[in-house]
This record gives sequence, structure tokens and C-alpha cells, in this order.
Amino acid sequence: MNFEDLSTLRPDLAFIAHWVGEQAHVLDVGCGDGAMLRYLEKGKRCTGYGIEIADDKVLESTRRGINVIQHDMEQGLGLFGDNSFDTVLCLSSLQMMQHVEALLRDIVRVGAEAIVSFPNFAYWPHRVALLKGRMPVSRSLPYQWYDTPNVRCATIVDFKELAEECGLEVIEYVALADGKPVTFLPNLRGSLAVFRLRKRAKRA
Amino acid sequence: MHFAEPLRLQSGAQLGDYTLMYETYGSLNAARSNAVLICHALNASHHVAGTYADAPKNLGWWDNMVGPGKPVDTDRFFVIGVNNLGSCFGSTGPMHANPATGKPYGAAFPLLTVEDWVSAQALLADRLGIDQFAAVMGGSLGGMQALSWSIKFPARLRHCIVIASTPKLSAQNIAFNDVARQAILTDPDYHGGDFYEHHTVPKNGLKVARMVGHITYLSNDDMAEKFGRKLRNAAETNDYKFDFGVDFEIESYLRYQGDKFSEYFDANTYLLITKALDYFDPAREHGGDLTKALATTRAQFLIASFSTDWRFSPERSREIVEALISNRRQVTYAEIDAPHGHDAFLLEDPRYMGVVRAYVDRIWGEIAAGEAA
Repeated sequence: MNFEDLSTLRPDLAFIAHWVGEQAHVLDVGCGDGAMLRYLEKGKRCTGYGIEIADDKVLESTRRGINVIQHDMEQGLGLFGDNSFDTVLCLSSLQMMQHVEALLRDIVRVGAEAIVSFPNFAYWPHRVALLKGRMPVSRSLPYQWYDTPNVRCATIVDFKELAEECGLEVIEYVALADGKPVTFLPNLRGSLAVFRLRKRAKRA
Repeated sequence: MHFAEPLRLQSGAQLGDYTLMYETYGSLNAARSNAVLICHALNASHHVAGTYADAPKNLGWWDNMVGPGKPVDTDRFFVIGVNNLGSCFGSTGPMHANPATGKPYGAAFPLLTVEDWVSAQALLADRLGIDQFAAVMGGSLGGMQALSWSIKFPARLRHCIVIASTPKLSAQNIAFNDVARQAILTDPDYHGGDFYEHHTVPKNGLKVARMVGHITYLSNDDMAEKFGRKLRNAAETNDYKFDFGVDFEIESYLRYQGDKFSEYFDANTYLLITKALDYFDPAREHGGDLTKALATTRAQFLIASFSTDWRFSPERSREIVEALISNRRQVTYAEIDAPHGHDAFLLEDPRYMGVVRAYVDRIWGEIAAGEAA
């Protein structure tokens, strides 16, 4: 997949790819169909692994030719050594996790930098839905409350707090709407929150 | 194929003048880049796929995996199946004549290791003019051979496919193997391994060995579902017999499997193959550090395990995956949720077959790209 294809099909991934360094060693936690990692390998000469639990996604990732490890993220990242990656990606997966904090701490352990994205619960249509007394259903949260895999709902402000608690420093964050960054009132106008984080230097 | 040059074995012994039985499928391309070696497990052979004209019922042991249009497509790949030394399907084994004495080797046949088998397979590859395999592949004990290839001959394979295998046996695995061996060794018909001369076969020992082994190939759930506590005479009295004959279906099944096995398998082969399993531990010479043991590998890996396999559980495959990741090797790992225990690697399962097919298609893509370049 080239950058144009990625931009068209997955504008959010195309934006995030800008934050990954050339030739970085990458772990993609919840790599899905492997499109992102494949692009990073081809387009930015990156190396690395994807983790995925779902059989169909593992199959698609294998077809794409990425190194996919079938593994339940809830079990942590014990397969990977400390500081073994330049960048750890966790894209639109965190909100499905039971143990968010434990995973975040593990991400800090294995990687120097992390890029985490999740649907922003404070996106204005979600707020409107709640004001109307209904759980939000939108393109970024396309499920009914009773069958959603998204067991964790967070806003940009909420996540920032947790990330800092877990030993991560926020380098930058953006809110994307249709894959494009929103600068004015991001927590209101962005449907997807994307954080670029790094391990906080230990105090001497 | 006959080899006159003696093979030096890990034990220090030598095996002179030996034969390797092998079978090939498909054809080797001009670049000699499409060869795949299939390594067999305990009771299988070089006969991987298809049937013979004169034996239409003798289907290859991995026929669902290898053949025209199968995941390992013999219209694309040149596939080699080889019977390991010491086995009982044509390659030199304990039942053959020892050139030194003219009598069957029997107890004098040297113990072999997975590494010894791999050395012999490499000599066969030399003869067949294959410098580098597109892939070396196997399940269970066959997976150990594939893994050993990647360590011993890193430049001679591009891909290594290890299914339902382990980097070493656990104490429990060895324990089961030893029970099986004791059954054979204590059978009066075994005669210290020289039963050929006594014109006996330690059938009872072999049968019990197979019964024990077979239990470890099936999952608890699978056994419960297939047999449960069903009685053999359910259709008639459906009651206990109050003797030591067959009451339960599972007894009947295991005894039948054991009997069938003892008809065709060699007792000395069973002993030496279980020993080869026990001895396999490539990390041993690296102080138990599998990461160090795999440091020399250059192949790309597909590792697969099955959730209900308690013989070589997913945890054991994950040890291999972890060591490969530590070495930054290319690895794909599939953990297949299948109900059939260790035997799943021989059975049809769409997720399992799908992943292997996708991976092998990728290998083919690389070969095709190489030819186009």
C-alpha cells in the first residue's frame, strides 16, 4: 500500500504515519489487517511486529506479509523485552481493553515512544446524543450500547491524565475529524484522539 | 538414496552405509528456488501426499496440506518427503542388516538425535542439488527438525514452518515417553532389542506404548465428546461387565489403535524416536538460553500452535516466538483455537489451513518475483 492509497482508505493512519520515524522498529498493538505496519515497512523502511487476537485479522495480516503475532493484548506484552521498540502503536484498540492501565504501562516498558489513538467520547455529536438522553452512535462509535466492543469511553482530557500517571509524557496530541487535524476546540470537534507520547525521563 | 560415507552422530557413534527413502512431488524450477522439505513426526514417513497406483488406500500423512491446489501447492513447489534414519519405512533402521555382522542391527543400532536427522537430510539435499530450501516445514517432532535446520544450516532455508512443536520436552513429556519405552523394554518378546533374531515382535509393549502416546495426542474435551463414558455394549445390555475386558468405548478405541500400530511399527524405532524427542533441546549448549540458540538463524518463521494441545502447548510455541522476537527475526505466529489437541496439526481446520496457505502463498510470491526480476 502506498501513501496515496493509505490516505484515501485510512486517512487517520496516513496522518499517524507521519509521526513514525524512518527505519523505526515498531510494535503495532492491535494491528488489525496489517495495513499500517505494511505501509510503514514499505514506505518508511520500518521493521517490527503486529499483535492481533482475531483469527480473520491474523489471516489478513499474514496475507499482507507482516510479522503478526496472534496474542491477546489483555495478557500484556510479556513476549517483548524492555525498550525493544522505537515506537509502539496502539491505534483504536485501547478502548476495547479491560486492562487499559496495565497495557499502557507495558507500552511504556517496551517502547521509547508510543502513538495511541481512540475515539473521542467528547466529540460534539456524542455530547448532543447524551444531551438528548441517548448513548452516542456515530461513525467513530458505530455500535449500540449493548453490543459495543468499546468497553472504555474516554475523552482527550481524561486520557492525558492517565498517560501522565503511567509514566508517559505527552509530546503532542491531535484530534482528527475525517483524518484531518482539528486545532480549534479539539476535544469538541475531533472524533479520533491521537496522542504521541514518550517515556518520561527518570528523575535523578 | 544410498550413502556410502559414514554419518557421524551426535552420540559419537557412526552410521556407515545407509539409505534414505524419500519421495518428491512437483518439479524443481530452473533457479532451484522452489524446494520445500517436509519433516515427519513419530510414526509418519516420506510418503507425505497422494497415493500409489498399486496402493490406492495408502494416502500420504499430510495429504490435506500438500498436493496440487493444497496450501503447500505441488503445482508450484518441489516438495520432498524423507523418511528419517532409524525409522521403519525404508530408510536404514534397526531392522536392517548391520554391515558389520550381517545380522539385523537390533539393539546395536545407534541412538539418533533430531540434529543427526537434519544432517542426513542436508546430505540428501546436496545430492538433489538443492542449496537452499524455500521452506523447511514440519509438525510436532517434524517442527523440531525444521527449527534445527534454521539453527544448523541458517543459509540453507528461507522460511521455517514449525507447527505444534516445542523447543524442548517438559518433564511430563519425557515421563510419558518413558512409560511408553518401559512397556516395550519389559515385553518378554523384546529380547533386549534383538527380537528379529528370535522371530518375535513385542506387540504388547508397542501396543501399550501407542495407547499412552495416543492419549497425549487428544484433548480432554475431544475425548469427552467422542467417547465420554459410553459403554461398548450400549446397544445390548448397556451395563458394566465386571471383568477386565473392554467396558468403555475409550478402552476399545485405544486398544484398537494400539493393536493396529503394533502390526506395522517397529519397537526399536519407537524407542529411538522417543529418545530423540527427549534429547532435543537446542538451548542446552547455550546455558538454556533459547534466544542465544536462535541467534544464528536467518530464516523467516511461521510458528503455529493449537489451544487444546497439552502435549506441546501454545506456551511452548510462544517460547520460540519470544526468542525469535528477541533476535529481531521475522516471525508470524498463529495460535489456533481448535478442539483436537496435539493431533490438530494433521487435521483439517479452516483457520489453520488458511494461515499456512496465506504464508506459503507469500513464499511463492517471493519466488515468482525472483523469477520475474
